[in-house]
Amino acid sequence: MSLVSINNVHKYYGSNHVLKGINLEIGAGEVVSIIGRSGSGKSTLLRCINGLEAYSEGGVVVDQMEVVYDDRQIRKLSKSVGMVFQSFNLFPHLTVGQNIMLAPKLVRKLPESEAKVIAQEVLAKVGLAEKIDSYPAELSGGQQQRVAIARSLAMNPKVLLCDEITSALDPELVGEVLKVLEDLAAEGMTLILVTHEMNFARDVGDRVIFMHQGLVWEEGDSKTVLANPQTPELSKFINAVL
Amino acid sequence: MDYTFQFGELLPYSDLIARGVLSTVILAIVTTVLGCLLGTLGAAARAGKQTFLSRAVGVYVELIRNTPFIVQLFFIFFGLPTIGIKLTAGEAGLLAMVINLAAYSTEIIRAGIESIPKGQLEAARTLGLSRTQTFTRVVLPPALEKIYPALTSQCIIVMLGSAVLSQISVEELTFAANFIQSRNFLSFEVYMVITVIYLLLAILMRQGFKLIHYFMFPNLRARS
Amino acid sequence: MSVFSDWDILRNLLLAARWTVVLSLIAFAGGATVGLLLTMMQVSGRTLLVRFTRLYIELFQGTPLLMQLFLVFFGLSLMGLEVSAWFAAALALTLFSSAYLTEIWRGCIESIPRGQWEASRCLGLSYFEIMRHIILPQALKVAIAPTVGFSVQIVKGTALASIIGFVELTKAGTMLNNATFEPFKVFGMVALLYFLLCYPLSVASRKLERKLNVAR
Repeated sequence: MSLVSINNVHKYYGSNHVLKGINLEIGAGEVVSIIGRSGSGKSTLLRCINGLEAYSEGGVVVDQMEVVYDDRQIRKLSKSVGMVFQSFNLFPHLTVGQNIMLAPKLVRKLPESEAKVIAQEVLAKVGLAEKIDSYPAELSGGQQQRVAIARSLAMNPKVLLCDEITSALDPELVGEVLKVLEDLAAEGMTLILVTHEMNFARDVGDRVIFMHQGLVWEEGDSKTVLANPQTPELSKFINAVL
Repeated sequence: MDYTFQFGELLPYSDLIARGVLSTVILAIVTTVLGCLLGTLGAAARAGKQTFLSRAVGVYVELIRNTPFIVQLFFIFFGLPTIGIKLTAGEAGLLAMVINLAAYSTEIIRAGIESIPKGQLEAARTLGLSRTQTFTRVVLPPALEKIYPALTSQCIIVMLGSAVLSQISVEELTFAANFIQSRNFLSFEVYMVITVIYLLLAILMRQGFKLIHYFMFPNLRARS
Repeated sequence: MSVFSDWDILRNLLLAARWTVVLSLIAFAGGATVGLLLTMMQVSGRTLLVRFTRLYIELFQGTPLLMQLFLVFFGLSLMGLEVSAWFAAALALTLFSSAYLTEIWRGCIESIPRGQWEASRCLGLSYFEIMRHIILPQALKVAIAPTVGFSVQIVKGTALASIIGFVELTKAGTMLNNATFEPFKVFGMVALLYFLLCYPLSVASRKLERKLNVAR
């Protein structure tokens, strides 16, 4: 039984057909990298997995819950699916600790004390235990993104969606964020990443999905796919980014 | 409430109302043109180096923006003659409106100019453009485009503010209203109709500004 | 020959300025209350409520404050209510301010980046939880400077209450002018007093805005 099951998903923006029938099965513990040019539909696909974006046709099932574009369903899904964004989206008026504790308290209905323990745990996991009382603005970009990951982890998700989470970072800060992802992967967390980090996709990822013009153009074991692209589109893409 | 509205009673005064509308429209157009021109000059002065001029304009802007329009109007109409500047009611009203709008537009356009990234200036300088050229060709157009909504709203606000000119007997729209209601005592009906006319004028003005925007910023057309 | 000394003029203007201040405070409090209600309606997402607020704002921003004053004044008396100029002015200014404040506050709420909504939704927060814990606290901070800035418009707006006969600073000015025939001096002083009321608010608004920009 796969954890994420995407069935013939189509998405239109007006007359613009951005997803043209996507089929994917992702099992628990897999690390899946979605690559492709901008505009290929990869971010849209990711956002359809947790209901941030409504798909037009087909079906998405995550952890035996059907994903529909509905507030109550998204609330339920939030316990299974976490998401980290390119632009961090930390809440600037809350401290790091408050950022992390907010959803456990409101959504999981945990008491303050328990939420705090969780916050300390996940912060330790991303190596920022001492920043619990800092505000986001006092942190570097890399640290902010690690806090955002910790915030998602605090909901104890089964799968973590990462939408180009290193693209907004200065080059020297990318490594620390990828290190956190690598640790998570080693612990068995299911990761679905939209990324431009080819080395990470090859070395840490299990599977690569190359999207082109709204379709899964090529997919398979990450090392094989990246080493032996079968289509001219993928070879061109790999040559362009490497 | 057993009151019957008698809007029909206003029909005999339609000529008077039409003349009021015309005056208000003329006041609005002249004020908009002069106010925005002066505002551009004011903003240029604020942005420029001449510290005395820049400061003087700053004081003028603050004085106008922090006092009520009606007091400015009274000061000009009643106060200026005592120092030898005699103006008709219409001239005083127009002057007050222009002075008022110019202060606001100075501030709005200045904000637009400040929002233009430094890189634009540096690029223009490196290309060898003079200060004036840089201002009129590189800085001003995008600045105006940026603040266009704020500037045009202010023009509409000033048009609506012209209702106060009735207080010094400028024969505009509100003056017509006051006159009619003093004759037929149907205050509510009269002011209702006049208010609707103002609303229509405001809508018309906004549509007009949209049209001007279309011709003034052709690069937007290309984009959409 | 004038029997009013400069001090007499100033003293009388200062006494009248109290009423300008009181009327401004009432209009601000009333406008903020109604505006809060309207803002909540506007961000509720219910089509009917949103349309109503849109129309309300459109009407009050598209007509002269003077007309609004007249309509409230004559409209209420038409309904058989004998209203004082004082009450009519307070009511009209409340309605007028609420429309502008609603517009300002809606802008502040919309200025909070979309990512904040998305992140909150992904964490499973409900619409009201997002509003209460994420959006409003941030929007409130953004709103302070423009709200203080708009209070200047309210103070200046109270000057129109003079036209329906409420004796505040401007009305006192016209009365003193009629008694002294020294319009330059009288209206100069009136303007100066308004300036003293409004300028600190303008400065405060600008300072708050700058502080916010630095904090970002």
